[in-house]
Amino acid sequence: MRLQPQLIIDASYFTAAFLFIYGLKRMSSPLTARSGIVVAGVGMLVATLASFLYYFGVNEAAQAQLGTNVTLAAVALGLGTTWAWWSGKRVAMTAMPQMVALYNGMGGGAAAAIAAVELLRTSAVHQTVPLILAVLGAVIGSISLSGSLIAWAKLDGRINGTWRFSGQQILNGAVFLATLAIGAYIIFVADGHAHPGLVAAFFAGALIFGIFMTMPIGGADMPVVISLYNAFTGLAVGFEGYVLQNPALMIAGMVVGSAGTLLTLLMAKAMNRSVSNVIFSNFGASGDEQQGEIKGSQKPAEASDAAIQMRYANKVIIAPGYGLAVAQAQHKLYEFVKLLVDAGVEVKFAIHPVAGRMPGHMNVLLAEAGVPYDMIYDLEDINGEFKEADVAIVIGANDTVNPAARTNKSSPIYGMPILNVDQAKQVYVVKRGQGKGYSGVENELFFADNTNLVYGDAQKVMVAMIHAVKALEGGH
Amino acid sequence: MDLTTTLTGFVALYIFMLAAFTGYEIIGRVPAILHTPLMSGSNFVHGIVVVGAMYALLNATSLVEQIIGFTGVLLGAGNAAGGYVVTERMLEMFKPSTKAAPGKANEGAK
Repeated sequence: MRLQPQLIIDASYFTAAFLFIYGLKRMSSPLTARSGIVVAGVGMLVATLASFLYYFGVNEAAQAQLGTNVTLAAVALGLGTTWAWWSGKRVAMTAMPQMVALYNGMGGGAAAAIAAVELLRTSAVHQTVPLILAVLGAVIGSISLSGSLIAWAKLDGRINGTWRFSGQQILNGAVFLATLAIGAYIIFVADGHAHPGLVAAFFAGALIFGIFMTMPIGGADMPVVISLYNAFTGLAVGFEGYVLQNPALMIAGMVVGSAGTLLTLLMAKAMNRSVSNVIFSNFGASGDEQQGEIKGSQKPAEASDAAIQMRYANKVIIAPGYGLAVAQAQHKLYEFVKLLVDAGVEVKFAIHPVAGRMPGHMNVLLAEAGVPYDMIYDLEDINGEFKEADVAIVIGANDTVNPAARTNKSSPIYGMPILNVDQAKQVYVVKRGQGKGYSGVENELFFADNTNLVYGDAQKVMVAMIHAVKALEGGH
Repeated sequence: MDLTTTLTGFVALYIFMLAAFTGYEIIGRVPAILHTPLMSGSNFVHGIVVVGAMYALLNATSLVEQIIGFTGVLLGAGNAAGGYVVTERMLEMFKPSTKAAPGKANEGAK
């Protein structure tokens, strides 16, 4: 009686693991990406439905409450799915990073919950290896849960500012070590039969550490942190998969764990920082002390003049930043680009790896406006082309186009790869005012001889540019 | 924990190792334009944790275990469903240009 449901469950998990990997593989190309997520989604559906077959194989002790438990599972599934579906459908594309953080934190919480049930099951005989992995997964999952919630709240503007004080690192270290010590006690001394109060203290420690660790990190660094927590949740899921002897969790968790780690490293590299530097140092705290003297002055220009120059250019490269999306100007920008393309101008978008609030976020925001992805180029592919461009236009970006990253060794952003917009014959910078970028560094690009600044809200500037070009066509 | 498959010791290590390389290879080849959807997609994939939480909940014997298990399933389901919806929404927007050449072609016509 028992074998057959278990066989179906095993086969379903195998299918799910295959579909996850195949789906992720398809997601790695823009042409097949959409089908990739659908494939992976089918895998999730199959695995979840098959899991109700656990009904036929539960522990004898749980038989009495089986009806209640199945009902609870169905209700929890329904509630979680409905809420997430609803919230996911209506979130704005600009708010995507914090939403991913929120969903990710929930996954970490689920992994921690599995560990909690395991560690509280005092009747069971525990072996050392599963116990170690359960405890490690609990720590990582809990950090991911509370840390992701803080990241979400910060990016969503619910928590403002950073929370720093002297001795913070020492306090964080103490909380972390205390948590690990209780974990070690649960494994090696109590053999998994620790007092429930102690288990609660262990989880509380891990959750508090996640909060403490994330609070001092500034908004610009959040993408790296979210990616790191994504990898954390993957690892936690993989570890709890071992505890439950569930290969689907082991494989999916570890695939995400390693993929997430690589993605985190790629992101940190794009920002010219190490991951530990992101987490343990306060970027921007000691910003602009060593500023060199910048020669030249900022020269303003009219939007219409800039537009007309671009209309008669051969090649225009656009370097957008998050400021573009904040002003909700990407649709107008694409409308303008279409006018240029119709007039025979070669237009390309140049995307810095950290443009937006997470790597590739800018691509999503441009895609939302309908910009085809074959007009969009990565930093390495486009940087050689700025020399040939008649006009480079920077919209809502700052640090990612600051030449100081190449030349000024005392600059905090020195060494970060930048878009070489300053090599274009003419540079226009669309900007709200004379502020500085996230890093707090003055941008010498704005003072260069071939740079003019178009002041104003990006959306209004784009509308003015569209009018200027249309008026030109109408006058013919 | 009386499942028919036992994945302990080196068998588990092999699974972890191969899965880790798989993840590394998949992400390593992805163009930067897809990093955000892919991060979201991998976020969706670890939503499979909901399955483990269901196992824990169905085997719950006390009220505390039921509460924790319920929370686990709720959070896991949110992870899976939310991850799916946002990833699908983002990927749906990625389209190649339908008129890559006409811009140039029109120039000649004018």
